[in-house]
Amino acid sequence: MTTPVAPGALVLTRVGKTYAGRRALVDVSTTFAPGQVSAVLGPNGAGKTTLLAILSTLVPPTTGDVRWGDVTLGRASDARARIGYVGHDPGLYGDLTARENLTLFAELYGIARPAARAEVMLARVGLADVAADAAARTFSRGMLQRLALARALLHEPALLLFDEPSAALDPAGADWLQAELGAERDAGRVVVLVTHDLDAAAAVAEHVVVLRRGRVAHDETRPGGFGAEALRALYAERTRA
Amino acid sequence: MPERVTARPSFLRQVARIVAKDLRIEWRSREILATMTFLAVVVVLIFSFAFVVGDARPPAPVTSGILWIALVVSGTVGLGRTFDRERDGEAIRSLLLSPTSRGAIYLGKLIATIALMLVVEVVLTFLAGLLFSNKVAEQLAPVATLLVLGTIGFAAVGCVFSAALLRSRSRDVLLSTLLYPIIVPIVIAGARGTAQLIDPISPDLDGARFWTQFLVAVDVIFVTIGLWAFEPVVTGE
Repeated sequence: MTTPVAPGALVLTRVGKTYAGRRALVDVSTTFAPGQVSAVLGPNGAGKTTLLAILSTLVPPTTGDVRWGDVTLGRASDARARIGYVGHDPGLYGDLTARENLTLFAELYGIARPAARAEVMLARVGLADVAADAAARTFSRGMLQRLALARALLHEPALLLFDEPSAALDPAGADWLQAELGAERDAGRVVVLVTHDLDAAAAVAEHVVVLRRGRVAHDETRPGGFGAEALRALYAERTRA
Repeated sequence: MPERVTARPSFLRQVARIVAKDLRIEWRSREILATMTFLAVVVVLIFSFAFVVGDARPPAPVTSGILWIALVVSGTVGLGRTFDRERDGEAIRSLLLSPTSRGAIYLGKLIATIALMLVVEVVLTFLAGLLFSNKVAEQLAPVATLLVLGTIGFAAVGCVFSAALLRSRSRDVLLSTLLYPIIVPIVIAGARGTAQLIDPISPDLDGARFWTQFLVAVDVIFVTIGLWAFEPVVTGE
């Protein structure tokens, strides 16, 4: 008997990726459901970033496919219009102001009244006052990450991808980001979080996928979430050499 | 389509947004223009010290060669810096993750690079006319046509290689190494055509017309290849 797939879920079937003969991902099958945070964990080189690159349509899988509703994710820009991405690098132009950065991307996404939308997002991430007209390169790491999140949420994406978003953030910034992740989960989006921070993953994730050497070493959903201790034990067991 | 997204901007509008973004950043810093102009002027001045002795002016092929060498050197610096801005903070990733067409990104970067190079070429042409040959001013329109066409071809190839080298640590060295052999036909055509136009005794307009047509053909080929090759090189696929 197969488990029914929630509408809007992202279904990966035997996804593989090979770079110049090196297999970065091998037969990865899992489902990322809407309304929950899925944490993708694993040691360096496990294939986490490759997986995010495939989910974001930046690179196509070598084998298998990623289905999202009726769509097979590939390089189609239609799907990209429904995806938001926050990485450890902000993905912004340092010489443009916060407002200009958001307006630029709002225009590229085809958002109605891009300047007004930029204002709304600046207010949401707490950059509307003093920082809106400052060049992004003058921002602290925490402010840049707020602006990066505003850019990723401009078009209200149904799928949100986070790649080590709290790397180099101070504790207050990390707490803020964690609250935002929870808010996006509650808004019914598919949220995929790639991180090395097991405490951060345990705080928000109900679904955990552990990758090891490009393969799924563990895939489990716990509706009540994973405790930090349990997740550490699980991670240690599944990634042991 | 998400609720916020009303209609994807047209291809031309996407191109215009990328061009406007690059030019706005440059207008604010003027860093690339200043560096390119400085380099171009230095190259012309160094050659002028070597070739201008008293009232004697260098022959037309030498003047033409100086002009095109200065263009290539300053253009290479401009290309590198334009794409460095995309690499800083991984801004290029956000651009690639947006629904913007890869072709629009390529054409936007190409047009912005051409615009910056043309500004430098205005200074360069004026300086070459002043120091080497008054024929440059007399044949300004056909010389400018050759320069514009050469710039398009140079930038068309340069944008592809700069995108390919975005994540390479030795990109400054590699860009020249990879780019220069490919642009040899452009430099030869531009330099030969310009020399024929500014010949002090008898300008060869038919010869220059041939090189102009040659450059048009090369531009069409290079821009077409650039549009096709940009996506795989910029995503590393």
